[in-house]
Amino acid sequence: MSSPETPVSQTDSAPETAKSVSFNKRLDFRYAPPVLITLILLAGHLSFGILASYRTVILAVGTSMITELVLARLVVGKWRNLSSAYITGISVSILIRSPMFWPYALCAMISIATKYVLRYRGRHLWNPSNFGVSWMLFTAPFSVAGLSIQWGNNLWPMLIIWPLGLVIVWRARRFHVTFTYIVSFIVLSGLRSVITGASFLAEVAPLTGPMYQLFVLFMITDPVTTVSSRKGRILVAFLIALVEFVLRLNEFIYAPFYALFLVGPVAMMIELRRKKPATA
Amino acid sequence: MTDFSEKYQRPIKMLVAMFLAGLLTAPLIIQRYTASGTFSPGKDSREFALEHFGFYLENVALASGLEFTHQSPRLDPKLQHILPQIASMGASVSIVDFNRDGWSDIYVTDSRYGTQNALYRNESDGTFRDVAAAMGVADVNRQGTGVSMGAVWGDYDNDGYEDIFLYKWGKPELFHNDGGSGFTSVTEQSELPRWVNANTAIWLDYNSDGYLDIFMGGYYPAKFDLWNLNTTRIMPESFEYAQNGGRNYLFENQGDGTFRELAGQVGLTSTRWTLAAGAADLQQDGYPELFLANDFGVDEFYANDQGERFREVGNEVKTGFTPKSGMNVTFGDIANQGLFAIYVTNITEEGVLMQGNNLWMPRQGNASMTYSNIAGQRGVELGGWSYGAQFGDLNNDGAVDLYVANGFISARKGTSYWYDYSKVTGGNSAIISDARNWPDMRGRSQSGYQRNRVWLNDGTGRFQEVAGYVGGNAIFDSRAVALGDLWNRGVLDVVVANQNDRLLVYKNTVSRGHHWIGFRLEGTRSNRSAVGATVTLHWDGKTQSQIVSGGIGYCSQNQRRVQFGLGDSEQVEQAVIHWPSGNRQQISRPEAGKVHLVREPQ
Repeated sequence: MSSPETPVSQTDSAPETAKSVSFNKRLDFRYAPPVLITLILLAGHLSFGILASYRTVILAVGTSMITELVLARLVVGKWRNLSSAYITGISVSILIRSPMFWPYALCAMISIATKYVLRYRGRHLWNPSNFGVSWMLFTAPFSVAGLSIQWGNNLWPMLIIWPLGLVIVWRARRFHVTFTYIVSFIVLSGLRSVITGASFLAEVAPLTGPMYQLFVLFMITDPVTTVSSRKGRILVAFLIALVEFVLRLNEFIYAPFYALFLVGPVAMMIELRRKKPATA
Repeated sequence: MTDFSEKYQRPIKMLVAMFLAGLLTAPLIIQRYTASGTFSPGKDSREFALEHFGFYLENVALASGLEFTHQSPRLDPKLQHILPQIASMGASVSIVDFNRDGWSDIYVTDSRYGTQNALYRNESDGTFRDVAAAMGVADVNRQGTGVSMGAVWGDYDNDGYEDIFLYKWGKPELFHNDGGSGFTSVTEQSELPRWVNANTAIWLDYNSDGYLDIFMGGYYPAKFDLWNLNTTRIMPESFEYAQNGGRNYLFENQGDGTFRELAGQVGLTSTRWTLAAGAADLQQDGYPELFLANDFGVDEFYANDQGERFREVGNEVKTGFTPKSGMNVTFGDIANQGLFAIYVTNITEEGVLMQGNNLWMPRQGNASMTYSNIAGQRGVELGGWSYGAQFGDLNNDGAVDLYVANGFISARKGTSYWYDYSKVTGGNSAIISDARNWPDMRGRSQSGYQRNRVWLNDGTGRFQEVAGYVGGNAIFDSRAVALGDLWNRGVLDVVVANQNDRLLVYKNTVSRGHHWIGFRLEGTRSNRSAVGATVTLHWDGKTQSQIVSGGIGYCSQNQRRVQFGLGDSEQVEQAVIHWPSGNRQQISRPEAGKVHLVREPQ
């Protein structure tokens, strides 16, 4: 989850963003997601204790920022703005659960390092925290689980988070991504209900939880790791929901993360292959 | 790009790629080097265990005449699709000397209509005999009255014989012990409520007036008769923040055989889903605090204000903020400091839910006591879907060890309900709270076939898992654990009640040269059972405290007397007893290797 991820190099900038948003607005907007995610984190923890401890947040954010600083200096030769690393760190601290400390540091490092290594034609392919979280959930189940804490399972936190998040998404011109995914998820929940015999409400239940709120508001909308055309993004959002549908039929608990992990980079690669190679 | 980065771009990129490759393989390496290896069939021999760990557990239930199989309740057909989950409780065990013959007896509960509870009288020849029917405490699961969830023993009328309080999903019952020769139901005159869906009760003398009171915690709200439901909206409203469970009860003993319910008056007003309660004078002010382990939410720490009122201080003492699934609470002086750590079991399922158990260690600050969770540091965090747990010195080396029961539902092997479970529990309260929305379990397991844990204390409060070596690592859906010296040999044996399965009785063999001492207390100004008394033993430069308990842990009760391991020392400097009445008694140089009967000085 890193929306909008700060690009590693100039070539990472989503062209549409660069064209359509003025410098001042971009500067202002760049700090909106970190501020929102911090507010969500603080509100969630102070009201519902969603964090295992503050130490894990400090560890994840600190590791994320240090990794970003070192790798940016080493690879790009510049000091980087750390808002993206900050979001990655916060996301890691929210989205994984472990009674140990090392998974938070490792996940943060993996997330940031992928931006500098797993690249194609000058762009990184995976949403950093999606890669890190998916990798940890898949390879370290003995120590790591996904976010299990709900935010009271009540309506009112959703009434705050959703409008705020949607404003951010709308400002990032990614509302259609979130909208497409939600509609697809709901429709496919109905289909799953028919196939599995489980109630529709049971199938749609995850969407009402905080993990999905973070997923649909921040992770799948990441400008840097989404394709550039509006139609393409709508298609990708639907495909993520579709792959998740298949994974869910096979009882993958972390289906949304894995779906984005699989679909996102493939979509990016296809788009980049169809474009001219980026100049260094 | 700087000159350096530009000049060495290729090697830098290779270096960073190798760095990432190293990070990606790290989980696999960590798993390889941290695998716990808890079970080694080739090494679980008696000799190996005795040599390396100083004790060995062997199930002797059948040979000792303790042939008992628990049966889960059958409930309203509306719950049939998730019945294994709902009907997953009721196996309990309590150890008591009900006839004052000096030998520990065992009471176990059954949970299906028409089944009978069992009271195994210790025949003092190595065997036990079920006398529940003859004593009048067997046929307590009759249609329409609910079924047993657990039982705790306490001498409420101070006549010297332990009476029995039976808590149920149904009508709670109190039986008076008639001199060890039978029991008489005194439920009606005790003015107990008509129906409570309770999963915990303990005896305590909350106001130190010399009479035992009863705390009982509700699980499902009392308005639901789980056999005759008119709604399916009975489930917790949240997986972590549910407050729609049953209410608490505090029955104050009036001293005349009656009780007055005053939970609301004394501040025990929460309606969380309580699964276990423990009482001890944790703040050392002469009155017992109350710790509640709550499923689907935060645990509660009730400070006792001079026997007049309870005040929930979980946030203040730092035990009550992060919600988990509290199943059990027990107290133990794990580091021989005279301080009681609080152990709370929760749920750990690899890759799904990593709550970890809590080991709350007290820290005395300037103003007040606070606690920090050191379960991870001390090696007792990751159990499984844990239920009962008890501290006790299993090898008599002078440090309390820990036995933890694990396992939720062992149904069809190779299957898991976790996906569906996590789907619903992640949802909004309107969805999770209605049983209709829960997918059909279809015979699937959930955290089933888990091994119980035996954690051995190295003497400094760090624990090593040794169940694979010493025995005791049963793969049942274990629930309640109780410790007691069943054969008067100076060692703690372990009894495990399993849900829908047979009772396990682990006879403990301890290496030669490990000495012990025991104390059986009898109150005079304090309640006669001495519940709430603390015994602090000083020997060989060590100090250890233990509590006389009126029930502790998930649906369980250890033997009443306290028992200390002494290691290779045969000399005890002194034992100091703090009685609930405020009396302090000092016993100099008590003899090791025997149980001392201590009467409270008037």
